[in-house]
Amino acid sequence: MISQLIFILLLAAAIYLFVKNAGKIRRNILLGKAVDRSDRRAERWAIMAKVALGQTKMTKRPLAAVMHFFIYVGFIIINLEVLEIMIDGIFGSHRIFSKPLGSLYGLLIGGFEILAILVLLACVTFLARRNIARLKRFSGTEMTAWPKSDANYILLIEICLMAAFLTMNAADYKLQALHFDHYIKAGSFPVSSLIASILSNNPITLAITERACWWFHIVGILAFLNYLPYSKHFHILLAFPNVWYSNLEPKGEFTNMTSVTTEVKAMLDPSFVPETSDVPARFGAKDVTDLTWKNLMEAYTCTECGRCTSVCPANITGKLLSPRKIMMDTRDRITEVGNNIDQHGKDYNDGKALLDNYITREELWACTSCNACVEACPVNINPLEIITEMRRYVVMEESQAPSSLNNMFGNVENNGAPWKYSNADRFNWADKE
Amino acid sequence: MSLAVPTMAQMLAEGKEPEILFWVGCAGSFDERAQKITRDICKILQHVGISYAVLGTEESCTGDPAKRAGNEFLFQMQAMTNIEVLNAYNVKKIVTGCPHCFNTIKNEYPGLGGDYEVIHHSQLIQQLIDEGKLKAEGGESFNGKRITYHDPCYLGRGNGIYEAPRRALEILDTELVEMKRCKSNGLCCGAGGAQMFKEPEKGNKDINMERIDEVISINAQIVAAACPFCMTMLSDGVKNHDKEQEIKVLDIAEITVRANGL
Repeated sequence: MISQLIFILLLAAAIYLFVKNAGKIRRNILLGKAVDRSDRRAERWAIMAKVALGQTKMTKRPLAAVMHFFIYVGFIIINLEVLEIMIDGIFGSHRIFSKPLGSLYGLLIGGFEILAILVLLACVTFLARRNIARLKRFSGTEMTAWPKSDANYILLIEICLMAAFLTMNAADYKLQALHFDHYIKAGSFPVSSLIASILSNNPITLAITERACWWFHIVGILAFLNYLPYSKHFHILLAFPNVWYSNLEPKGEFTNMTSVTTEVKAMLDPSFVPETSDVPARFGAKDVTDLTWKNLMEAYTCTECGRCTSVCPANITGKLLSPRKIMMDTRDRITEVGNNIDQHGKDYNDGKALLDNYITREELWACTSCNACVEACPVNINPLEIITEMRRYVVMEESQAPSSLNNMFGNVENNGAPWKYSNADRFNWADKE
Repeated sequence: MSLAVPTMAQMLAEGKEPEILFWVGCAGSFDERAQKITRDICKILQHVGISYAVLGTEESCTGDPAKRAGNEFLFQMQAMTNIEVLNAYNVKKIVTGCPHCFNTIKNEYPGLGGDYEVIHHSQLIQQLIDEGKLKAEGGESFNGKRITYHDPCYLGRGNGIYEAPRRALEILDTELVEMKRCKSNGLCCGAGGAQMFKEPEKGNKDINMERIDEVISINAQIVAAACPFCMTMLSDGVKNHDKEQEIKVLDIAEITVRANGL
């Protein structure tokens, strides 16, 4: 009875805290500017099914794809087991699904066990790739102490959770064989039966082990749930909506700024009367609140896998630019802005901005807009959009483009070509041979 | 020998409307290497008897480099001026010699009042091959040459066009060898996003050199390109590697013209 009460209190506290912190992230995302991504719904469901649920973009790196698939499927399917644990915890029952599901229950538990060991092995492999093989993709200037630890914590927590789950089953399996107390014959244990021999044969010790692992597993899951909002692991939740809200236009197409259209029309035609005077606070993006909510959602979706940076031509050739850093900086800055609101109210200005305090101009100007990063992202994140918005601010608000680009602008404006050629000579090519 | 390329103004004066407008682009108009490709595209159009015209001196920059560099004002000024010219000539269909012009006119002009059917010259060539109007005979043989294709970002990833340019190479009597980074994984030449008009940022290598290293690693003798900026970057890369004798950089249109002896 007391354990049920403790369980219910823990569960309620965990859910309350998670909802509160996830709510803060939602609030932060909505600090972004409006953009309509609710059209073409059929296409959106299809792309979400393919890219998020089906993980099709992961397959470009087959080993990582298979390992990640184990963890992903394990995560989703083992949640069914967590549902049983929840019900058992609240009502003080033991393996409540075993009776109604009959022989199917054995199949399910057996399946969970196989998944659990696959998840465990995949996590060990991932840890080895990061810490022993030291894959280049997991290093870089933005991969400081915290991002590296975050990745290791996630993998270690998952290993512990799976180990607890299997040990719990092993103890249960032995107790069932001993016909001890309420440990009825239920489930099949293809993996944990193999490790059962290392456990004690004393039923009291076994029962304590089983309970300890049960509590460790479920408290671990609740703690992990509350770790998500502070971690890159939040991608397990945001990957789905983030892909649903993907940009469905060709990657080469950049948005036309409507605020500029109004001004240009007025310039070209003095009689033009704009319908509404919705001139934005500024052109382009200086800080995160100048970006759209979709850009900010992408920042919170990024799991720092580094596929973008590993294919970025600028990064490959030693330039400062790293698309992953663009996303991490955006996330860190919007989190800072959110924290400022919580602590000092919504009109507080900390005198900082995404530009210069986080992302340098050198990074912005190194981009070739080749879309390799956008193509590489398994969850359709678009770092290029943020880079472009920031270039727009630097050029249109500050007039601080590199001088060679200012020359190019001058040429386009004066003679209709980016080079210093006279427009009168534009057709000379036809007379040559 | 002059090509006698018709302009829209001449056509209009004669009361004619061409089937397709050839949008030459700034590189195609002024850059000497690209001018040759421009003339080759005209040769192909004339060879198959498509009625076409160019804007001549009425053409102006699409605004692409300004837009990628963040100068949306300049881009929209250029776009609206060009759209006015194109609409005045009642243009319906456009073929471009440059993936940047192609992307801009096809994707970014419609929102500003310019709706046209836009194709890149590699798509035109593919279409002509598929219709049996273009073959690879009567000209230079590419037999035994190792040819690879470099995907321009704004044609490939930008607009999903990977097969059209390859079609022009597949009909040659030789084998197309792919680089490891090809199609959607293609490596940029280093010129996109207005990089063409500025010095690169500090790094340990130039992007075009990285790309040419890959060309060398597969022993290709010809790198086929489909973009004037890629052409400049790849040619410079080959020159800096001192490989001008071993590796030729040729546009899809040039290869087609050579293979057909036009």
